[in-house]
Formats: sequence, structure tokens, C-alpha cells
Amino acid sequence: MLPEVVGLKGPLSCLTQARYGISWGAIGAAEACLEELIEYTKTRVLFDRALDENQAIQIRLADMQRRITNAGLLSHRLGQLKDEGRMNPTQVSLAKWNNVRMALDIARDCRDMLGGSGISAEYVPIRHMLNLESVITYEGTETIHQLTVGRALTGKNAF
Amino acid sequence: MSIDLFDINSLLSEEEQIVRNNVSRFVDENVKPIIQDCFESHSFPKQLIQPIAELGLLGSSIEGYGCAGMNSISYGLICQELERGDSGVRSFVSVQSSLVMYPIFTFGSEEQKEEWLPKLAKAEAIGCFGLTESQGGSDPANMKTHAKKDGDDWVINGSKMWITNGSIADLALIWANTEDGIRGFLVETSTSGFTANEIDNKFSLRGIGYI
Ligand SMILES: Cc1cc2nc3c(=O)[nH]c(=O)nc-3n(C[C@H](O)[C@H](O)[C@H](O)COP(=O)(O)OP(=O)(O)OC[C@H]3O[C@@H](n4cnc5c(N)ncnc54)[C@H](O)[C@@H]3O)c2cc1C
Repeated sequence: MLPEVVGLKGPLSCLTQARYGISWGAIGAAEACLEELIEYTKTRVLFDRALDENQAIQIRLADMQRRITNAGLLSHRLGQLKDEGRMNPTQVSLAKWNNVRMALDIARDCRDMLGGSGISAEYVPIRHMLNLESVITYEGTETIHQLTVGRALTGKNAF
Repeated sequence: MSIDLFDINSLLSEEEQIVRNNVSRFVDENVKPIIQDCFESHSFPKQLIQPIAELGLLGSSIEGYGCAGMNSISYGLICQELERGDSGVRSFVSVQSSLVMYPIFTFGSEEQKEEWLPKLAKAEAIGCFGLTESQGGSDPANMKTHAKKDGDDWVINGSKMWITNGSIADLALIWANTEDGIRGFLVETSTSGFTANEIDNKFSLRGIGYI
């Protein structure tokens, strides 16, 4: 038996550590998907031009980069707070929710932009997408993290 | 390497950049070439465990006990680079580091730390974290597993579900109700009465095992 802790705060404090790492991890999954997609849209020719020459494609790529950049800055700041001993569970909930949602949405969107190839194991997005369906559920579901942030805003526990 | 528009890399210390580059290279050379097959064939890439330990990625934030004692940004970068390869590989490290080694380091006795942390850091022992039960993971306070003192021993009754690394673990950190409240127990999986049944009909994280 671990002598130094009694109550739910024991396991919950472990989960806070793991969720911190997950908030960073999700960025890696999203980056892997986008990196592969950018290469694909360079060489895929449709309607006589490369896919990446279309505004609609560039806007979708740019939007992914925007979300990855935001998530990276969020996690970096969270890491600074953690190293200063000032990280709290509400910050971790917001970062886990934001970054895993970002990665899952990007993996799904990359899957879509690969067309039929997107369902093939030759490309990484569908694997990341399926994996991230677990990541958004384990270590506190997205809803539970949203309600944790809600509790911090209102002072009322709704779960 | 992916695009770093805001030059976040320059916020990293030299040591943090080295950690990141080492893990990134490991993922490119060792994870990416095999992980898609592991997913398809539903098999755990055991050959990755030893190199992960050698890079100091298990319990990387812990000072002493054979651990690397890196800072939190480095732990984040380790997770980011590993998950560039696969969420399952990152999950394996999250569980060993944050859910097994962290609580032993933070809440364990000196004897428990000395017995387990060096082995877990070297991957001579694999750990798992048993909190969730089938009646509802979001509400862990509704825990049915209980532990009762029997002389000098504890007897634990109950079952857990969705336990990452459960099927390959040597050590399970099991959370159980006691007369005093919820407590954590280090249970060697070779203990009689411990059984683990793998969940194999899943379509996510197919490269790693669960019970
Ligand atoms: C791949 C994987 C690995 C895992 N690894 C581990 C592990 O190593 N150790 C461990 O202990 N556990 C582990 N888990 C368990 C995980 O933490 C739980 O699955 C998670 O907490 C959700 O619990 P549940 O599955 O019972 O869903 P439930 O708690 O039954 O939730 C069902 C749904 O209800 C929603 N919900 C719940 N409460 C409320 C509310 N009050 N208001 C609104 N909506 C609500 C949830 O968001 C969810 O959408 C793992 C799970 C998975 C899938």
C-alpha cells in the first residue's frame, strides 16, 4: 500500500500528470497528419492542377496550422507553469480538451482530404484518427474537462 | 520536421532541444517504419520498450532512483515526439511515467521507491494503473473494489476495466476502497488471484494491450 495518500486525490493527481503529457502528445499526432497531407496535396493533380493550388485546400491547410500553433503555445505555457510549480488542474483540463479536440478534428479532416487513400493504411491520418478517439475519452472525457473548466468559472459542480 | 511558424523551438533550452531531437530521431527510425503494421495486425511492438528506457523516457521527471530528472517541458516534448509516431507508444510511456512511477515516487515509502523505481525506469518491470471500473470511468468515486486488512496482509476484491498495459504488466497499481477511504496498492501481477483478460475487439490504439 502507498502510505502517503488517502482518498480520490491520489489517483486524480496522477491523472493530472498524465493529462499534461497528453496535451503535448496530441500536437505530435496532428503534426504527423498535416505533414503527410501537405506532401499529398502537392502531387495529387485534379482538374489539371495540383490540389494545393486550390484556395479551398489552402484555407483548410492554413486552418490546421493555426490550430496546431495555438495548441503548441498553450502547452508550452502550461509547461512553464508546471516547472514553476504553479500548474493547476483547471489549466490541464482546458489544455487536454483543446489539444486533443484539435488533433482529432485535424486527423479527420486530413483523412477526408486524402480522398479514398485516406482510408488506407498507407497514410497515417486514419490510424491517428482512430487512436485519438481513445485519447479524447481516456484520462477524463472531453465533457468532463469542459465541466471542470465550467466549475472554475461558476463555482458550481455540474457533474 | 513540421512547420514552426512562431519559432517555438527558440523558447527551448539546449537540453530540451537535444531531448526533442533524440526522441524525434528514435520515432523516425524505429516507430514509423513498423507502427502501421502493428496497428493492422493488432500487435504490441515490444522491441520498442528497451530503446525507450535507454533514452531515459520512463519516469523522465523523477530525480534519482535511476531516472533522468528532466524538467516538465522535456516531458511534454517527449510526449509530442512519441505521439508523432503513434498515440499508443505515447500512452505506454504516459502510464509507466505518470500513472505508475509518479505515484510511487510521490506517495510511496522509501522501500517501495527503491524496490520499484529503478526497475520501472529500465523497463525491467512494466506497470499499469487500475482506477476505472465497468460501472463508469467518469465517476471514480463510485468504486466497488475494496481492500480489507487480514493480519499483516491486505485482501483486495474487485475488477477493473480498460487498463492500459494491463496484459503485459508486472506491477499493477490498484486503487481500492478501504475503511479509511480510497488507497493505492502495488500488486505484482504474479500474485495468486490476479487475472487479466485482454480486450481485443477494439478499433483504436490497436498497437497496445488492455484488460
Ligand atoms: C483506450 C483506453 C485506455 C484506458 N486506460 C485506462 C487506464 O490505464 N487506467 C484506468 O484506470 N482507466 C483507463 N481507461 C478508462 C477511461 O479513463 C474511461 O473510459 C473514461 O474515464 C470514461 O469512462 P467510461 O468509459 O466508463 O465512460 P462513462 O463514464 O460511462 O461516460 C459515458 C459518456 O457520458 C459522459 N458523461 C459522464 N458524466 C457526465 C455528466 N455528469 N454530464 C454529462 N456527460 C457526462 C461522458 O463524457 C461520456 O461521453 C482507458 C480507456 C480507454 C478507452
